[in-house]
Amino acid sequence: MKIADALEIVSQTNPGMVRSHNEDSIAQELACGLVVLADGMGGYNAGEVASGIAVSVLATEVCQRLQDASPTDRDAASGEELGVVLLRDSIQRANASIFHAAQSQAQYAGMGTTIVAGLFYDNRVVVGHVGDSRMYRLRGETLETITRDHSLLQEQIDGGMISVEDARVSKNKNLVTRAVGIDAEVVPEIHVHDALVGDIYLLCSDGLNDMVEDEDIQSALYAMQGNLPLAAEQLIQMANDNGGRDNVSVILVKVNGEFAVPHGWLAKLSHWFKK
Amino acid sequence: MTAKLILSMDGVVLKEYPLSKERMTIGRKAHNDIVIDNLAVSGEHAAIITILHDSFLEDLDSTNGLEVNGVPTKKHFLQNNDLIEIGKYKLKYVNEQGGQVNPADFEKTMVMRAPAKPAAPGAEKGDATVGAGVIKMQAAPGAKPAALEETGKFDAQQLNPPVAPAVQPAVPAPQAAVVQILTGPNAGKELELVKNLTTLGKPGVQVAVLTRRPHGYFITHVEGASHPLVNGTSLGDQPHRLNDHDVIELAGVKMEFYFKG
Repeated sequence: MKIADALEIVSQTNPGMVRSHNEDSIAQELACGLVVLADGMGGYNAGEVASGIAVSVLATEVCQRLQDASPTDRDAASGEELGVVLLRDSIQRANASIFHAAQSQAQYAGMGTTIVAGLFYDNRVVVGHVGDSRMYRLRGETLETITRDHSLLQEQIDGGMISVEDARVSKNKNLVTRAVGIDAEVVPEIHVHDALVGDIYLLCSDGLNDMVEDEDIQSALYAMQGNLPLAAEQLIQMANDNGGRDNVSVILVKVNGEFAVPHGWLAKLSHWFKK
Repeated sequence: MTAKLILSMDGVVLKEYPLSKERMTIGRKAHNDIVIDNLAVSGEHAAIITILHDSFLEDLDSTNGLEVNGVPTKKHFLQNNDLIEIGKYKLKYVNEQGGQVNPADFEKTMVMRAPAKPAAPGAEKGDATVGAGVIKMQAAPGAKPAALEETGKFDAQQLNPPVAPAVQPAVPAPQAAVVQILTGPNAGKELELVKNLTTLGKPGVQVAVLTRRPHGYFITHVEGASHPLVNGTSLGDQPHRLNDHDVIELAGVKMEFYFKG
């Protein structure tokens, strides 16, 4: 199945109940299997600028490269798959763009953004993230976080200083330990996961998971898996009903069919004829 | 503003201690930050570790132990107005962070520069792990550390936002409600709507959800060939607010929604 037929993608972004601007940016490129969500930070409109640069750099870079290459190709230099290399490189490129804009224009000084991106191909998803925007996966009835926040709180949880329950009432929720565009270099965290038919992937800004318990996210996704636009609307509504203190964005990707990349000489031949 | 401890005995306030250091010790001996000269208090009795806006209390293997809000405790994540008891002495923890500083300022996402290496989990247990975390945090001392780069500013519209405590506010839950099944094999059964979202039907076949929101209960059609009926009228695609004693019909089964009590 072609990727565009195998995946269903919906997204929604909302400024929330308190803030006047929306500093989140989202992009979905079904044809190349890419989804990106970024939560910007910085004065005036610099947060929007940073997150906007990040999603547009990723969308353009990744999709352009995939026009004449397959994400399963091996990168000559590292031996890694192109899909993995591409996601990492484009996040680093977004980092450089934001960093340079912030350096050269006073009103953008110090701007930065979190990012979470998923590149779907060959029955897998490559997940890249920086900061505290998350990707969740609903498989069967189980909701799991498949990214680990780059935040002070997560480090404290990992270090055994604070329990997950206590972390919910921590006052240090807003501190990220990695961000895109703050320094000249950034190290994105990249993982590859198998994607199964029936899986639903949720990308969200912290405006969702700070306001809505994972349990409620799970029940909404599970109950509404047959109506993805309604599920997205429900998630945003729950965040806003609970106070909506931050911008809230969600992207939902549902795997409706297999999307293996064809291998073998016949596939290559037909690909060659299509050019 | 910095959190503080208020020391009192028999209801008389003795002294206030701002939690201005990353680690403050409480004990009988003179080198402690908070000295309580009483034989029931161990030389080094307890420590308070403060990381930005959060403080943790730890018993340092004291002879007589300590209680927080009447419960004997070894380690505790302090919350505003917690009462620590050491013998006859009481220490009240006050951290009015949420109400005192501008909440917009305090909630803005900030980046910690020069991120410390993650503490090696599992390498050492218990107190030692806490120690490792503290060393890590020395890159960012004080309430507003220089190592923290605040990238957020806020606009004029946000100068007067509602006070937002760090703890998620308890959403005013609407009155308790129940759905009672009226027809079919399960007739008579009651379904209490205790969750924010209750599913009726089966995913993949026919689903409607009942959502509990601050201003009431709503029914929404999710999927399936036929939309549910409320009092005989078919639902559209929009959520429909339920009134007391509304009759819902879903896939041939009738049920009644009503408020409890």
